Amino acid sequence: MSSNGLVIEAENMVKRFGRFIANDNLTFSVSKGEIFGFLGANGAGKTTAIRILCGLSRPTSGKIRVAGYDVYTETEKIKRRIGYMSQRFSLYEDLTVIENFRFFGGIYGLKRPVIMERSHEMLTRLGIIHFENTVISELPLGIRQKLAFSVSILHTPELVFLDEPTGGVDPITRRQFWEMIHEAAASGITVFVTTHYMDEAEYCNRVSIMVDGKIEALDTPERLKTKYQAQNMNEVFLKLARKTN
Amino acid sequence: MVILFGMPLVQVLLFGFAITNEIRDAKVSIVDPTPDVVTHAIRNKLFASGFFIESEILNSQEEISENFRKGESKMVVIFENDFSGKMERGEHPTIQLIADASDPNTASMLVNYSNGIISEFNRGQQASSGFTLIIAEPRMIYNPALKGVYMFVPGIITILLMLVSAMMTSISIAREKELGTMEVLLVSPLKPFNIIAGKVIPYVLLSFINAISILLLSYYVFGVPVKGSIILLLAESILFIILALSLGIFISTIANNQQTAMMLSMFAMMLPTILLSGFIFPIENMPEVLQWLSLAMPPRWFIQIIKSIMLKGSGINYFWKETLILAFIAMVFIVASIRKFKIRLA
Repeated sequence: MSSNGLVIEAENMVKRFGRFIANDNLTFSVSKGEIFGFLGANGAGKTTAIRILCGLSRPTSGKIRVAGYDVYTETEKIKRRIGYMSQRFSLYEDLTVIENFRFFGGIYGLKRPVIMERSHEMLTRLGIIHFENTVISELPLGIRQKLAFSVSILHTPELVFLDEPTGGVDPITRRQFWEMIHEAAASGITVFVTTHYMDEAEYCNRVSIMVDGKIEALDTPERLKTKYQAQNMNEVFLKLARKTN
Repeated sequence: MVILFGMPLVQVLLFGFAITNEIRDAKVSIVDPTPDVVTHAIRNKLFASGFFIESEILNSQEEISENFRKGESKMVVIFENDFSGKMERGEHPTIQLIADASDPNTASMLVNYSNGIISEFNRGQQASSGFTLIIAEPRMIYNPALKGVYMFVPGIITILLMLVSAMMTSISIAREKELGTMEVLLVSPLKPFNIIAGKVIPYVLLSFINAISILLLSYYVFGVPVKGSIILLLAESILFIILALSLGIFISTIANNQQTAMMLSMFAMMLPTILLSGFIFPIENMPEVLQWLSLAMPPRWFIQIIKSIMLKGSGINYFWKETLILAFIAMVFIVASIRKFKIRLA
């Protein structure tokens, strides 16, 4: 964590693939404990930005610090301090719930008793402790997504990236999922989340809306709605997307 | 497991029975202690046939075995002392044919062809002069009973190691990519090297156990001997496993899903292993382009190495070249995959 309470600081972040500019001069910052919504249409450059922030991809230029570390030179340190839940489902389907917890906990160097204690606590809170020894592939999607999120914050990271965590999930489970996100934020974990559901954007502390590789708007959902004279975030999004088309 | 063990066996049997090979330009060396008109006539007839090309003129028993072990010739033709003299005196001079039967089909065919040529020569002689028959006396070395197993075992080991090591690694890494778990692993503090090693080590062990079980099976069930050093054989197998694994990793850096990995492995490994390694079709008979291609096939060198160790009992000094080639190819693939892996992360 850097001294100024900012978990992500990006200044003029650019990523180019040949002539295509995926991220065009992104400047934003995320403070500790915040739920930051990262919105944008498909192909707007969200996943590219997340990959850079996670240290999976090298930016073309710009000054970027994550958890106080530089993304060019200190990716190893960054990786220890972040959690990541990918767009695609990413637990091992042929392992049981608890085996997945043990495996991913082990990767982050957690001790066995710590893993057991935390995973039992998480499973109990989710009310699915009875699935402990069930193979993942036998569980419904909603539960799997909740598990994937639990796994991504098992090592209590400073910051967790959620790439479209609620894709294909029913509304009730989505509501529960957001409760989990709020709990995590309350415990001090910063949440960086992308989504296509504009009602979810309302749950975020601040949102940024990306269009064609640029950040078109960045503020609290309330202020964005006032600024664009919109009833809800959906309208804000449509106005912004249309403006550029 | 059934697929791992069953498929190669079935393939081998099918290929082995369904295909007959023919001989062209096989290397033949000559032992002719007292060269004369008759032996020259027979030699000319042999080499004019198109089946054989002359490799070397040898003088002693030591040279013959040396020659075979180096793989310099497929067959040695030995004329008796004072050949034409004996013929004139009506003493039935003999020609001994020694063939390298570690490749039994080729060996028996070589012997049959040369027998045919010699008896043809005989008939010509009889017609013109009424002289007596020359007797050709074939002898198969390294595999006296011409057992097919002798040839199949090295091939099966090679195919299985390729299959388990390369195909399974590439598929399992591609599977992680397909499921998205690879991404999570990459975001974690694990180093790419650790991830790869973790995927690869189980397959190294599995392949190694596989190799050992085939050797045991072939020794106790088929009676295939291991004349050379077992340690050397295992060491070479490990080298080959590493090569196959690096190939598998390389394939997985290209392929993004299991199907692609599977197809690539099939084309990149299974077919060449079976068709171009000299395991079933003698390399000498291939069109020149394919012969060149077969030089780049790791299984070709590995099969030669195993054959030398198991059937001929040769030591490392006879195939250090092949070993170096294997090590070199492995290096190339390892370097290529590391570069590929890094590019993907950039």
